[in-house]
Amino acid sequence: MGVYLIRRVLQGIPVIVLSTIMVFVVIHLIPGDPAQVLAGADASASYLASIRHSMGLDQPLPVQYLIWVKHILRGDLGVSTQGQTVAFLLEARVPATLELAGAAMALSLLISIPLGVLAAAVNGTKADWLISTIQSIWLAIPNFFLGILFVILFALILRWLPPGGRTADGRDIGGSVKSLILPSVSLALGLSAFLSRFVKFNMLEVLYDDFVRTARAKGLRSRRVIFGHALRNAMLPVITILGLQFAGLLGGQVVIETVFSWPGIGGLLLDAIGGRDYPVVEAGLLFLVLLIIAVNILVDLTYGFIDPRTRLSDAR
Amino acid sequence: MAVHADSTASLPVVPVAAVKVRKPRGPLAMGFIRTAANPVGMFGMIILAVLVLTALFAPVLAPYDPLLQHPGLELSGPSRTFPLGTDELGRDILSRLIYGARPSLLVAVMVVAMAGGLGIFSGLLAGFLGGWIDTVLMRLFDALLAFPAILLGFAVVAILGPGTTQVAYAIAFATLPGLARVTRALVLRERNRDYILAARSMGASGGRVMFKHVLPNSLPPLFVNLALLMGFSILAEAALAFLGLGTRPPLPSWGAMLNESRTYLRVAPWLAISPGAALAFLLLGLNYLADALRDAFDPRRINAGL
Repeated sequence: MGVYLIRRVLQGIPVIVLSTIMVFVVIHLIPGDPAQVLAGADASASYLASIRHSMGLDQPLPVQYLIWVKHILRGDLGVSTQGQTVAFLLEARVPATLELAGAAMALSLLISIPLGVLAAAVNGTKADWLISTIQSIWLAIPNFFLGILFVILFALILRWLPPGGRTADGRDIGGSVKSLILPSVSLALGLSAFLSRFVKFNMLEVLYDDFVRTARAKGLRSRRVIFGHALRNAMLPVITILGLQFAGLLGGQVVIETVFSWPGIGGLLLDAIGGRDYPVVEAGLLFLVLLIIAVNILVDLTYGFIDPRTRLSDAR
Repeated sequence: MAVHADSTASLPVVPVAAVKVRKPRGPLAMGFIRTAANPVGMFGMIILAVLVLTALFAPVLAPYDPLLQHPGLELSGPSRTFPLGTDELGRDILSRLIYGARPSLLVAVMVVAMAGGLGIFSGLLAGFLGGWIDTVLMRLFDALLAFPAILLGFAVVAILGPGTTQVAYAIAFATLPGLARVTRALVLRERNRDYILAARSMGASGGRVMFKHVLPNSLPPLFVNLALLMGFSILAEAALAFLGLGTRPPLPSWGAMLNESRTYLRVAPWLAISPGAALAFLLLGLNYLADALRDAFDPRRINAGL
C-alpha cells in the first residue's frame, strides 16, 4: 500500500504542473497591462518600465512562469489590487468552501447509495418507475433555482432556517448546522439524482455476477448478499465517478455560494474577475484545481483500498 | 426493353406497380423514428420545438416590449394584464420570459455547432490517424478536462468579457475535450471493423474512409452526447448569467432574471418561479430526448426488438 500511495501521488505531479501552466497562460491572455493599472493611465514611459521591471514583466514568459512557481512554492501568492495579501484572502475563504463541499458530498452519498440500492432491488416495478421519474425531474432543476425555492419556502415562509450567510462560531454549533443545511442540500440533491442512477446501474450489473449467485447459493441472507457482496463491488465505479463529479460539484458550488451569500472561494473569485484582480483570480483558480486533483488522488487511493487487485496490478 | 416485353408476353403478367417495394430506411432515419415513437422522446422534441419557436417568434408572441417599463406598476403580481406579473422596473415578466428564450437557444446552437463540430472533428482525427496527432490532442484535452467546466468558463469570460456570445465560446471551449474523447473512443471501435478493411482494399482514400465510412457509423451514439451538450450549455449559460457574467442587462435572460429576483424574494416570489420553471422544463425535455435517443440507437435494444 505504501508504494502504491507514493506512486499515485507522484503520478499527480505532471497534472499539477500542466494545470499551473494553464492558469498562468490564462491569466496572461487577459487583455490589459497590470503595470499600466498599477502605474496609472498617465504614467511616464520610464516609470512604467521600472514598474514592469520590478514586477518581472520584462522577462520572457517561461522565466516569468518559473518565478511565479517559485513564489507559490514559498507560499507567496502575491498581493491583491485591494492591498491585502492573496494568502490572507484565501485563508479566510477556504474553510467555508471545504465545509460546504464536504457536507454536500457526504449528503449526496447518504442519499444516493440507499436510493440506488432500492431502485436496483425493485427494478422494473412501478416503484422503480416512480424513483426514476423523480430522479429525472431532480436532475432537470438547476441547483440555483432549487436554492431560491428553498429560501422562499424554508427561510421566508416557514422561517425555519436562515436565508443565507454562514455561522462559523465554535460555540454555536446549532447555528452553524442550520446555516449549512440549505446550501448543502441544494448542492447535494442534483448530484445524488445522478449518483443514485449510477449506483442502481452498477448494482444491476453486479447482481447477476457469479459470485453473487454463489453467495446466494451458500444460503446467505438477501440483505447480506446485497450489502456485503454486491454493494462492495458496485461501489468501485461509483467512487470513480464521485471523483470525476467533484469538479462539477465545485463548479456548482460557486453558484450556490452566490445564492446563499456563503463566504467561500466562489464569491472571492467572482469579485476578482469583476474587478480584474488577477493575483486573486490566479490563486483562486489554482486552489480549486489543486483541490480537485487532491480529491482524485484520494479517490484512487480509496479504490486501491477497496479492491486489492488495483494496487497489485499497478505495482507489477 | 423490347426483348424483355416480348418474352413475358405469353406469361401471366404480374403488375409491377402493384407490388410496392418500400425502399428500406437507413439506420439513422429508423433511429429518429424510434425516438419520436417513444413518448419520452416525443415530449423532449416538443419542448425543444417550443423553445425554438418561442425564440424565433418572440416579437409576435410577447404581449409587450421586454424592455418597456410600466411606471407605478412595479412588482405587481400576476394579473389579466400581466399574466406572470411585473419586475422591479415594471417590465412584463411574460414578455421577458419569451425574449429570454433567445440567449438560451443562441448559446445552445453555437455550442453544439462549435464544440460539436470541432470536438467530433478532432476526435475523428485523433482516433483515425493515431500517432503523434492523437498523443498531442489527447494530452491537451486531458489537461483541459482537469479544469471544471464552469471555471474554464470563468477564465474565458475573464479574458473575453461578459456577454452572450462570449459565454457560448467559453462553454464550447470547456465542453469540446469531453466530446472529442467520446468521438475518439467510438472511432477506435469502428476503425478496425471488416467493412473498413473492405473499403480500404477497394482502394478508398484515407479521407474517404474517414468521412464516408467511419464518421457516419460513429455518429449515432454522439446524438445522445449532443442532446446532453445542448442541455448543459443552456444550464451553463443560465448559471453564468445568474452570476452576472452572461447576457448583459437590460436584455432578458432566464439566469439573469433569477439573479434579479433574489433581492425581492420576500415581496415578489413570482419573479423567480417563472424563469426557473422555464429552465427546468427545458432541461427536463432535453434530458428525456437524450434518454430516448440512447434507447433508439442502442444496438442491443434494437436487436432484441425492443
